[in-house]
Amino acid sequence: MLKYSLRRLASAIPTLFLLITVAFFLIRIAPGGPFDSERALPPEIEANLAAKYHLDEPLVFQYARYLWQIARLDFGPSFHYRDWTVNDLILQGAPVSFTLGILALAIALVVGVLVGAWAALRQNRPGDYAVMSFAMIGISIPNFVMAPLLILLFAITLGWLPAGGWEYTPSRTVLPVVTLALPMIAYIARITRGSMIEVLHSSYIRTVRAKGMPEKEVILRHALKPALLPVISYLGPAAAAIMTGSVVVERIFTIPGIGTYFVQGALNRDYTLVMGVVILYGMLIILFNFLVDLLYAWLDPRIHYDDGEAEA
Amino acid sequence: MKRGALSLLLATLLAACGAPAPDEDAPRPPRLPVPMEVAFDDDGRPLPEVLADEQVLYRGNGEEPQTLDPHLGEGVPTANILRDLFEGLTTTAPDGRIVPGAAIHWDISRDGLTYTFFLDPDGRWSNGEPVTAHDFVWSWRRVVDPTTGAAYGRMLAPVVNAEAIFSGELSPEELGVTALSDTSFQVQLDDPTPYFLGLLTHPTTYPVFRPALEEHGSMHVRPGNLVSNGAYRLTDWQVRSRIVLERNEHFRDADNVIIERVVFYPFEDENTEFNRFRAGDLHWTYQVPSAQFSWLKSNMDEALKISPWFGTYFFSFNLTREPFEDSLALRQALNLAVDREIITERVTRFGEMPTFNLVPPGLPDYEPYEPEHAAWTQAEREDEARRLYRQAGYSESQPLTVELRYNTSENHRKIAVAIAAMWKQTLGVRTRLINEEFRVFLQNRAQRRVTQAFRAGWIGDYMDAFTFLELFHSGHGRNDAGYSNPRFDRLLERIASERIPAKRRNLMVEAERMLLDDQVVLPVFYYMIRRLIDPRLQGWDENIMDYHLTRHMYLVKSQAEEVHDGESEE
Amino acid sequence: MSESTRDAFEQALDTREIRGRSLYVDAWHRLLKNKAAVAGLVVLAIMVVLVLVGPLLSQWDHEIPDWEHYSTPPSLETGHVFGTDAIGRDLFVRTMIGGQVSLLVGLLATLVSLVIGVTYGAVAGYLGGRADNVMMRFVDAVYAMPFMFFVILLMVVFGRNIFLIFIAIGAINWLDMARIVRGQTLSLKNKDFVEAARACGATEAQIIRRHIIPNLLGVVIVYVTLTIPQVILVESFLSFLGLGVQEPLTSWGALVNEGAQELETAPWSLMFPAAFLAVTLFAFNFLGDGLRDALDPKDRL
Repeated sequence: MLKYSLRRLASAIPTLFLLITVAFFLIRIAPGGPFDSERALPPEIEANLAAKYHLDEPLVFQYARYLWQIARLDFGPSFHYRDWTVNDLILQGAPVSFTLGILALAIALVVGVLVGAWAALRQNRPGDYAVMSFAMIGISIPNFVMAPLLILLFAITLGWLPAGGWEYTPSRTVLPVVTLALPMIAYIARITRGSMIEVLHSSYIRTVRAKGMPEKEVILRHALKPALLPVISYLGPAAAAIMTGSVVVERIFTIPGIGTYFVQGALNRDYTLVMGVVILYGMLIILFNFLVDLLYAWLDPRIHYDDGEAEA
Repeated sequence: MKRGALSLLLATLLAACGAPAPDEDAPRPPRLPVPMEVAFDDDGRPLPEVLADEQVLYRGNGEEPQTLDPHLGEGVPTANILRDLFEGLTTTAPDGRIVPGAAIHWDISRDGLTYTFFLDPDGRWSNGEPVTAHDFVWSWRRVVDPTTGAAYGRMLAPVVNAEAIFSGELSPEELGVTALSDTSFQVQLDDPTPYFLGLLTHPTTYPVFRPALEEHGSMHVRPGNLVSNGAYRLTDWQVRSRIVLERNEHFRDADNVIIERVVFYPFEDENTEFNRFRAGDLHWTYQVPSAQFSWLKSNMDEALKISPWFGTYFFSFNLTREPFEDSLALRQALNLAVDREIITERVTRFGEMPTFNLVPPGLPDYEPYEPEHAAWTQAEREDEARRLYRQAGYSESQPLTVELRYNTSENHRKIAVAIAAMWKQTLGVRTRLINEEFRVFLQNRAQRRVTQAFRAGWIGDYMDAFTFLELFHSGHGRNDAGYSNPRFDRLLERIASERIPAKRRNLMVEAERMLLDDQVVLPVFYYMIRRLIDPRLQGWDENIMDYHLTRHMYLVKSQAEEVHDGESEE
Repeated sequence: MSESTRDAFEQALDTREIRGRSLYVDAWHRLLKNKAAVAGLVVLAIMVVLVLVGPLLSQWDHEIPDWEHYSTPPSLETGHVFGTDAIGRDLFVRTMIGGQVSLLVGLLATLVSLVIGVTYGAVAGYLGGRADNVMMRFVDAVYAMPFMFFVILLMVVFGRNIFLIFIAIGAINWLDMARIVRGQTLSLKNKDFVEAARACGATEAQIIRRHIIPNLLGVVIVYVTLTIPQVILVESFLSFLGLGVQEPLTSWGALVNEGAQELETAPWSLMFPAAFLAVTLFAFNFLGDGLRDALDPKDRL
């Protein structure tokens, strides 16, 4: 197990390296630069700014400089938010995104698994259809519609919750977390339902049932655990995605998370900031996929790593 | 083990879904409070008994500032905060008049080239140190120093040697500014610049505290490090969440500053800001979603404030490329085919004023030239447009195909769609609408290689027609139309050196006329300032520059509060 | 979708392979028994016909505003049965045009990712060993990149073009497909019937064409039905960011985004496009789930 872990971590290095390289060059191909503005800067000043941030050097030099910099865990100054370094911005934003992400993930997991399992036990009956239709609302209504609807209902009309803004308080967390969790609930419910149906039809469960074990115990003790495996492999990438924030939720609820930086960073040509969040995302993905594999091995010792693939 | 994990999850769940604690800033009902009648004392200050107990102002403020360094900052939201933090030699009254700021008075030499400012001896930095003429000298040198990278460095261009310092020919020490004493600061200008006192309200001309810069370097604007000379000081800055300013007790006029704390909230989406206002979280919004006009009119009329802004929304033609190079008739045809009334009434909807001019109204002594077609009916304009279109060599069977570029925004999109439809209906023009992301758009405009017609617009940087006209100098960095007319350039140079106000004004009118006759731009309307303001917030006034210093404002009790207070006292 | 299912069915028959035939005949019967899936199939068929024919039935153009009626609610009198948008363009026509664009983007992007994903996955799985390992490491690396960031950058770099949108989405969305196909191929290639074919002297190409690909069809069909709705949602997200299709064309995502801005003042401008979008996504998802249930080989055990 230790050897496997070390090998996995070692294999993460070329992955990260490839990620950094592709992202670095791609963002710099984009037309326009970080210091373009509607008030055109005099050319001399633009040249000075470029020199200050080493943008006047050949791209390969900049690339080498950047690699050396991140090797020392310094992501550099933000080109757009000029009073802050990328490290500052990520340290301010990541806790917010992590908080929302983990809460949404927890809710989605609990609700999604319960709903999915419940539907599986009523496969192709009205209850199944009703629950799954309801779950599917989460996927079928874009979150940029869901969020304003929730605000209109709970903040404006009923006045129960704030309309946005961020503090670490329960009331400010509810609506963003719900918005984030809804589509995940739907995905998890669907995956759980599918795998649960499969497990319930397996000869193993049939045997257990044949032995006369009560249905409740069959499901809780024998069916649920294997049925959760696909959910867990879905959770790896999903957790990384949800913990790095959502530009929609952040914009509509004015939440200072890091999701916006993926989009705003790219649009503002804030080269360093974008690289910072991309690398963070890459590291989270690698980490979570690794955790998923460990969890898999723990839940099901028969798993072979080379065919433990995630379902779509 | 598993049960433990599950109960943990449930606990988090409950924490997230739990009812809001009573002490939390729960939203108030969306009904607008009615303010008390305000009474003033002999000095014109509102009487303390009408003032709200809590003088904390919540201002919505557009996008997150890139920096709060007054010399590097850019954009309206940044300037709003900087005007509260710092103070220039002059400042503005609520109605926009230029009044003494850090300088209590000044002398202007007869030739208009030497300004001597006498600083307020009570002027203090937020750490209690006096504000001196040396601070201004050092700060202005920093602005023109090309290594600083000041975004609006050009603001100081009228000062002797500034241009040569920008381009690196002279060192910043050669700038035409001197500290005659601790409290007198002298500026030498190259040309008489009638709007110079107005420039001094701009953040680029604000002083910065040298020791703080030298000690903290690029971190000098962090809360705790930033030393400022304005009515407020920076106490908290959570990126993309809020910027908090507290009253600066050392400020020279601190006794008259009523608002104790200002919280600036950044917004990336106007609907979000609107919702926050409705929920009672804001006293002041940066803007209003344009789709909401009729709703606001009927539901929040007391809060909706609309007033003219010093800016013009226009489209520009790329004069260096087909089809607009050497094609005056075509440009005129497209200009006339646009029904501005429809656009302002049905698309923008906030009472914007349709126009055929570039320079907005509201300047004290500028009588704009009015093009002949401005007085026609739209039907007449369309007839003339069709005639010109044919004259330019196009027809039904040989229609013009043109690209119309705009940057990503709901409003720009709607306006461009409407204009394309009008061109099609009146002339049969086939328009390809191209929506570009802002940086790409700016670059394409500046390079002039792919653009044809494109969205433009300008908000004046200072109260003078010159801020609009200079954009079309052949050497200006934002002359994206590629207008290059030696007569126009000479005219601008004459305006810059003209000392007699009446003559200068006539030259500017002449310059605007030249631009309009050459149809470099297609003006559509003048911008309007539109925002929601809590009726309890008073002390501010409308002004076309849209400068609103928090130090003039105060919050008044609502009538409901008064009743409540009365009861509790009994 | 019905067509590709039928194709799959016919191809399966052509393989002259008992296993394959029973698989697809069975699957088809199972699918017909699943009411939700059949409903989804019917709804999709109606939807496709509607968005194609709809604009022809209306007197309005999707581009030219009716200046007299801007932001008006649905009304038979004005002839705008879905109302008009903020500028006065007929929302019925725009919803239909938007549907054409959304469905086209969904379909084409999915096809792009399908072609890349199936080829990549099948090759990796079939070659196995070191080649497989290297190819899958590459997939892992691309997996670690934030999808949206790349789509946005591609949009920014190459400009706004409807074809680029689906190529960009498709070019990044193929990873799942590649993984699934590789997994299936790995397990298939050691199955008895493949061994048998090899023993009979079939070439590698023949084995891939006759045995591997037909057996992959099941997962591929499920994948396609479940990816199209995802792509439609991605497109709507791009529209939210203002990076969607160019005016005067539109998409459901773009319309829904415009509508969401006027939630209260002009609810019809959100309601109609959102209903079309949601119904379509529902239909695809139910059909996809139904197909998965019907085609999943493990379920037959």
